[in-house]
Amino acid sequence: MFTPLLANFDLIALAASVGKIVFLTFLVILPLVSISVYFERRISAVIQDRVGPNRVGVPLTLLGFKKDWQPFGIGGLAQAAADGLKFILKEDFVPAHVRTFYYWLAPCLTMVPALLTCVVIPFGSELNLSFLGLAEPIQLVIADLSVGPLFTFAIASLGVYGIVLAGWASNSKYPFLGGVRASAQMISYEISLGLSVIPVLMIFGELNLTKMSAFQDANGWLLLPLWGEGLSLARWVLLIPIFISFVIFTVSMFAETNRLPFDLAECETELVAGYHTEYSSMKFALFFLGEYAAMIIGSGLAVTLFLGGWSIPCWPLLEKIIPLQLHFSPGDTPLYTGLLHIATFFAKVFFFIVFFIVIRWTLPRFRFDQLMALGWKVFFELALANVFLTALLMWWFPLK
Amino acid sequence: MVAPAESTVAAYDSKIEGNIIFTKMDAAINWMRKNSMWPMPMGLACCAIEMMAAACSRYDLSRFGAEVMRFSPRQADVMIVAGTVTYKMALAVKRVWDQMPEPKWCIAMGACASSGGMYRSYAVLQGIDQLIPVDVYISGCPPRPEALLEGMMRLQRKIETEHSFVEQKKELIAELTA
Repeated sequence: MFTPLLANFDLIALAASVGKIVFLTFLVILPLVSISVYFERRISAVIQDRVGPNRVGVPLTLLGFKKDWQPFGIGGLAQAAADGLKFILKEDFVPAHVRTFYYWLAPCLTMVPALLTCVVIPFGSELNLSFLGLAEPIQLVIADLSVGPLFTFAIASLGVYGIVLAGWASNSKYPFLGGVRASAQMISYEISLGLSVIPVLMIFGELNLTKMSAFQDANGWLLLPLWGEGLSLARWVLLIPIFISFVIFTVSMFAETNRLPFDLAECETELVAGYHTEYSSMKFALFFLGEYAAMIIGSGLAVTLFLGGWSIPCWPLLEKIIPLQLHFSPGDTPLYTGLLHIATFFAKVFFFIVFFIVIRWTLPRFRFDQLMALGWKVFFELALANVFLTALLMWWFPLK
Repeated sequence: MVAPAESTVAAYDSKIEGNIIFTKMDAAINWMRKNSMWPMPMGLACCAIEMMAAACSRYDLSRFGAEVMRFSPRQADVMIVAGTVTYKMALAVKRVWDQMPEPKWCIAMGACASSGGMYRSYAVLQGIDQLIPVDVYISGCPPRPEALLEGMMRLQRKIETEHSFVEQKKELIAELTA
């Protein structure tokens, strides 16, 4: 009975999927989290005219060498490793007054959705592994869903449960206030986040993130329509609603990931440490990781929707200078182009993360009523009006 | 890396072969603990102003990875008692100390926290070490930020000499043989 099932079983596809999951989760996102923590501390130091962590090198002295290794003379690169390992060996303390089951569940519910949303994000075009004897190139997305952004929003909205449960299960006043604030904030901003991508989906006429990236590679990014069909009048007129969308999307993303200037759920001046006040050791670290992972995934989604995904900027111009193929041609992309596309994607994501960090250390925190007013009275209406503006412009200047 | 300590436990000593693994494990644990000391700022008086200055641009505590002030005791490693501890506040200090998870260290910053300082009165605790174990005392009234940095570095050296893994192993063996 199981024989036909096994006969049709595609072992290569399974191996490719596992490879992509391992690559994206363990080799990219988790290291990227620690790198962005390090950059957060260094960039904040630069903004405040300090130096930042610069003592901790790779500890070769532990292995019997004379000196620690500080690559390229940049100190402090192992700082994140020291912090993370310290948390693993810190006492895992559960206060007597918490609701234990939910107290344990909350950190998992923060971390899992953050990592789960990465499955739909295309982090590269395709890898041509014909030298390994594979006939078909490997699509560089874990799950090629045709409802990409919807899936991301659906899963990412589960992240609020982690924070609310943490606040409630701690059974203590500051975490509770933090949890209540977080739920109000994330629910309000989810609406404008969802509405802000509708104009983008209208222009693509498509919900598949892979096809969106391919479209932008062929016809210019949404925010940089400089080649292909991007040079038409319609695309340039549509830049207005797209830019509004982009601004709303980015700001809502800040609110969704609880980053400053919207970090009211954990603001230290009022709520000690907010919803994770009662958490110690690795559970606290999971909240920390979840926040940064959500930031990375949000950046990835913004890059895919607005900034061309893995597409190399201005490749028609670059191809005239460099005799290499830099664009994506389905089923016929050379290996080096595939690798270049992966590098481009993560370079863009990294750029976006640095933008997140710079904003965090530049703007002061909003007051809670200002935050709510901005969400409900400005962004919600603006995003809704933007949908109609896009429809009007698309009717006026039809896309080919 | 801080300046080499006077008495560091050798990370690798080929002469004592039997202890290699234990020593290395301890050295690794101590490395990450000393490089990630997140302070719990217990600012009670003017010393707290100097502590803030130590975290700011001219002195910059963050070079040692210790600028992450956790206001929740559950996430902190080092309690910096900065200032006069009155009897009324002493109970709160003790309670916050009890809420910190192990391993934890304490720095008594300034004369008041170390010995009561100039407040020899009915209202002031004569040194926080009457309530909680102190690892490093910093003199000064208030100490300059450099003194606090030196205190943190001394604490790092102290952490380097800890034998937590070896001791746990001994305890375990004693438990099993008993």
